[in-house]
Amino acid sequence: MSKLSIFMKGIIKENPVLVFALGICPALAVSSQAVNAVGMGLATTFVLLCTNTVISLLRKVIPDKVRIPCYIVLTAAFVTITQLIVKAYVHPLYLALGIFLPLITVNCIIMARAEIFAKKNRLFDSVIDALGMGLGFTLALLAIASIREIFGNGTWFGIELPVLAEHNISIFMLAPGGFIAFGILVAIANKVSNGRAAKLKESGCARCPAATACGKGGAA
Amino acid sequence: MTRMIVSFAPHIRERVTTSRIMLDVIIALCPAFIAAVLIFGPRAALVTGVCVASCVFFEWAYQKLLKKTITVGDFSAVITGMLLAFNLPVGIPLWQAIFGSGVAIILVKQLFGGIGKNFANPAITARIVMFISFPAAMATWAPIPVDAISSATPLELIQRGDLAALPGMWDMFIGTRMGSLGETSALALLIGGIYLLARRVITWHIPVAFIGTVFVLTALLGIQPTFQLFAGGLLLGAIFMATDYPTSPQTRTGRIIFGIGCGVLTVIIRAWGAYPEGVSFAILFMNVLVPFINKLTMTKPLGGIKKKP
Repeated sequence: MSKLSIFMKGIIKENPVLVFALGICPALAVSSQAVNAVGMGLATTFVLLCTNTVISLLRKVIPDKVRIPCYIVLTAAFVTITQLIVKAYVHPLYLALGIFLPLITVNCIIMARAEIFAKKNRLFDSVIDALGMGLGFTLALLAIASIREIFGNGTWFGIELPVLAEHNISIFMLAPGGFIAFGILVAIANKVSNGRAAKLKESGCARCPAATACGKGGAA
Repeated sequence: MTRMIVSFAPHIRERVTTSRIMLDVIIALCPAFIAAVLIFGPRAALVTGVCVASCVFFEWAYQKLLKKTITVGDFSAVITGMLLAFNLPVGIPLWQAIFGSGVAIILVKQLFGGIGKNFANPAITARIVMFISFPAAMATWAPIPVDAISSATPLELIQRGDLAALPGMWDMFIGTRMGSLGETSALALLIGGIYLLARRVITWHIPVAFIGTVFVLTALLGIQPTFQLFAGGLLLGAIFMATDYPTSPQTRTGRIIFGIGCGVLTVIIRAWGAYPEGVSFAILFMNVLVPFINKLTMTKPLGGIKKKP
């Protein structure tokens, strides 16, 4: 795989939010305003970059059986650093993101990239992968937040828009609107990636750890 | 239709088509429409017209864009438009009505596969979406031109405890009161309901169970049971929206369970909820339970063995 395609796949083809459906919780929770979405995206990208780097470096050191606890400890450390930096220098963002900032620790995207990519790829590739995935996450959040803020509040990045400012559809600022915007974007991503989201082999039933339990193993 | 789902034998052939049923529902909605225009003035016709036209347009445009069979001719979008308009206040801004129509047709109906495949009633869901999106416009009741009475619906007055301002029973029955376009005239809605029953478009189970439950529960709670029957969207919801085929149970027992569930939820919301009216929330909630009700009340074929659950 070329370096460019490793980077680009995170944006549409394997977009963590819109194709893999990972990290939905922060994607819906902080996406009512574009500013918060970008802040969340960048914070997650930073953590992802750090974890992918370190996990890739340590991939021969970490024993396979205890890899998950190791990843979580590493992630938690970097999240704490991020949290303190955001709290010190971008305090309004810290207040806006609230609990979702420390919750980056359990963000599925970070675990997924460690598991799918960083643990079996070299340092440079893992760094590119983290940047691509982080950008994909940020863009997906920004897209959801733009729909929600423009139609729900009549503003974009806090700038008032003509006409729309007097014609708010406030459901977009609430949780159901988040799901509606998310669904619309998944449909678009699926169309652009030629139905890859719907029939992704890597995340299909065959690869699911619960496949034997739900009885659909191999059916994907 | 390429795939037919057939129930147990024996079968009777009838010349009933989807468009015939839909036409019957439209005829049944006409008295309420006439009442709405008489009570609220010509803008009632305008709002209804805009909702119907935009529903039909959205259905046509979606199917055209996605290269699907155009099913506008079955009149189901017309009904969705009429029912949605009947759930709106007369002064609703038209762009909001068009947005609601788009939600009903595209989001609730077509994205789930079109007619017969939607799990929730499009008009009800669109009303709730609009109710959440435009709280101010959806609760602004224009004064009735006939005789100007207070500008709150009877249920809002009850919630505020302003019982002295309530309209009389006769006003409640013929519909000269505040409320959404098509919900106020109990008389017109009952005429429509009787027509639907006579044409066997609907069965009595859901409306009777729904309305009966509301009556019994409000009587037990002592909150004006007869008044509650004519207030809010109960008759409109029970006769026209809870009986929607794809979103109501197929068995008779199931329909009674469905009706009772709707009634209980309506009374709970009316009596203790933050909103004065709960019919639409109750129907939407029960819509979601329909597959389970169908499964629980499945009938067994003659001579068949009952499957263990």
